[in-house]
Amino acid sequence: MARWVPFGGAVLVGALAALASALALPPLLAFAAGALVGLVGAAVLAREPAGPVPAAAQGAKATMPSTFGRALIEKLPTPLLVISRTGRVSYANPAAADALPRLEAGAHFAHLIRVPAFVEAVGATLADGEERRVRFSTRQDQERFLEARIGLLPPGDAFGPEAQGIVQIEDRTDQRRAEQLRSDFIANASHELRTPLASIIGYIETLQHHAREDPDARERFLAIMAREAGRMQRLVDDLMSLSRIEMTEHVRPAEEWSLTEIAAESAAALLPVARRQGVTLAIEVAAGGVRVRGDRDQLGQVFTNLIDNAMKYGGAGAVVRVVEAAPARAHPNRVGVTVEDSGPGIAREHIHRLTERFYRVSASSSRDKGGTGLGLAIVKHILNRHGGRLEIASEPGKGSAFTVWLPRSEGGEGAAAGDVPEG
Amino acid sequence: MAHIVSAFDEDLVQIQARISEMGGLCEELLSKALESVQSRDPVLARQVIERDKALDAMEMALEESAVKVIALRQPVAADLRVLIAAMKIASTLERIGDLAKNIAKRAIPLSSAKPVRLTTSIVRMGRQTLTQLSDVLNAHASRDVDLAVQIWNQDYEIDELYNAIFREVVTYMVEDSRLIGVGAQLMFIAKNLERIGDHTTHVAEMVHYIVTGKNLGDDRPKGEPQGLEFLTD
Repeated sequence: MARWVPFGGAVLVGALAALASALALPPLLAFAAGALVGLVGAAVLAREPAGPVPAAAQGAKATMPSTFGRALIEKLPTPLLVISRTGRVSYANPAAADALPRLEAGAHFAHLIRVPAFVEAVGATLADGEERRVRFSTRQDQERFLEARIGLLPPGDAFGPEAQGIVQIEDRTDQRRAEQLRSDFIANASHELRTPLASIIGYIETLQHHAREDPDARERFLAIMAREAGRMQRLVDDLMSLSRIEMTEHVRPAEEWSLTEIAAESAAALLPVARRQGVTLAIEVAAGGVRVRGDRDQLGQVFTNLIDNAMKYGGAGAVVRVVEAAPARAHPNRVGVTVEDSGPGIAREHIHRLTERFYRVSASSSRDKGGTGLGLAIVKHILNRHGGRLEIASEPGKGSAFTVWLPRSEGGEGAAAGDVPEG
Repeated sequence: MAHIVSAFDEDLVQIQARISEMGGLCEELLSKALESVQSRDPVLARQVIERDKALDAMEMALEESAVKVIALRQPVAADLRVLIAAMKIASTLERIGDLAKNIAKRAIPLSSAKPVRLTTSIVRMGRQTLTQLSDVLNAHASRDVDLAVQIWNQDYEIDELYNAIFREVVTYMVEDSRLIGVGAQLMFIAKNLERIGDHTTHVAEMVHYIVTGKNLGDDRPKGEPQGLEFLTD
């Protein structure tokens, strides 16, 4: 990504207050506009091919070192864009570069945010100078809810010969997500908790009345109640971890790990469970290997859930293998680990719905095995956060293969240019 | 001379910006069409139908300016590819808009019929189609060939979803003949979504063509059409 190096320019600090009132912009925007005095006019983009060099830079009088204004704007956590009359981005601060991955010097702003409401508002403000505020959502890996304030930098003086638009973007994703999560959580959880709860209440009533003096029945009922209560507990645990994952879903993890190593460790931790269930768990991935950007605990949970499922549905005598996936054309620049089982397999019509919350191929068999219906939903959300994908291949009678694909980290070994098919 | 070259660059930038803008409108049309199906909202559906006209106008304007640039500047090689691809993408996006409009049209009768659970599956398929569309527009905006190839390869997932829904809808109609009307509408909505998925792969092909000058070929992974054996089970 091109970093723009504005050269020269001056900051007229004294003009800040005057600007704030003259522009009639919200304080932050006006402040930023003031600090931009030294930048906009003189910001010649390192890579802009043939853009006209604004003449104002030469006219601006330096009263303070330009580094001050630049430092202010560059430290601003709010993404800021300056947009020329022709729609080209003539300046963007580092926060904007982080928020808008397609940002390139001199590019048209519609490539960054193409939502019609935003495009129309920028066009309108460039035309009439009115300040505008728009809310919209965009998709780049994740859905984001943004709010943009669009104002106009007046022409002349240090701003350049033409008026330019200034856009300030605020991310409202966290707020929206929290609202959605709350309502989903209540609806799902109450529905799923009702069944075991009804059963426990039923047994309590029986124990209080006709089974009061029957020690055999009491033992049996208490065992059932313990099982149902355990199910409720697992469900609550899964729901909590799902909502935690969703809260961080739009934050890309920063650390780098070897995917095969995480898979091997998760599998090794499940060996005692495999022994107890009579399942052969073969770990055929080695430490080292390609690195991916990820959250170690969350990726560990992905493999734990997948291996746990494979053992659960494979049943005693099954063979579960954890292997590295061969590079696939459909997944250029991704590295994959597959969890294969020799279980009964899954019919085609169920496969695309497996990662839905509480979706079960067979409700009764899932509940018998202590499943909460959330395991694969958790996997999907973790992989979403990592920019990865879950690929499911299965056929009834032939077992299943769940492959986790994650983008190779840029510094990862052997990062290839992707398998583009020829002609 | 330098002036002419820079004006030409500006023409190319502006034409490609219009593609992103048309893409943004397509996303909005599809997303609102799905919302009108999901929330049974005929008012929203009519807005989508009305808004599609703007997309048609944008396509015509884009085609006109691309033809003008080709005639006046006589571009070659990469520049010519950009213009040819822009025209093709614009007409593909216009068709995607038509399909979204058609979904909105079907949402109107559905809004007064009895609600059915099948709608959830269709909207889910629609969301995945919308994701593919957004991804391909991102790939176009950033000239990301890897992403384009990935989308191109992933369309069979939408085909599979379509087959699963086909099966679900047919089973539904077999069980209760009063639902045939609703079922038929839902089936067409699913088919429209499947077509949007195909058009999306065409945009991916164009992104590949702009950057590499080569075609992606025609061995794209595709889902097998759903047979009718399941009805006799």
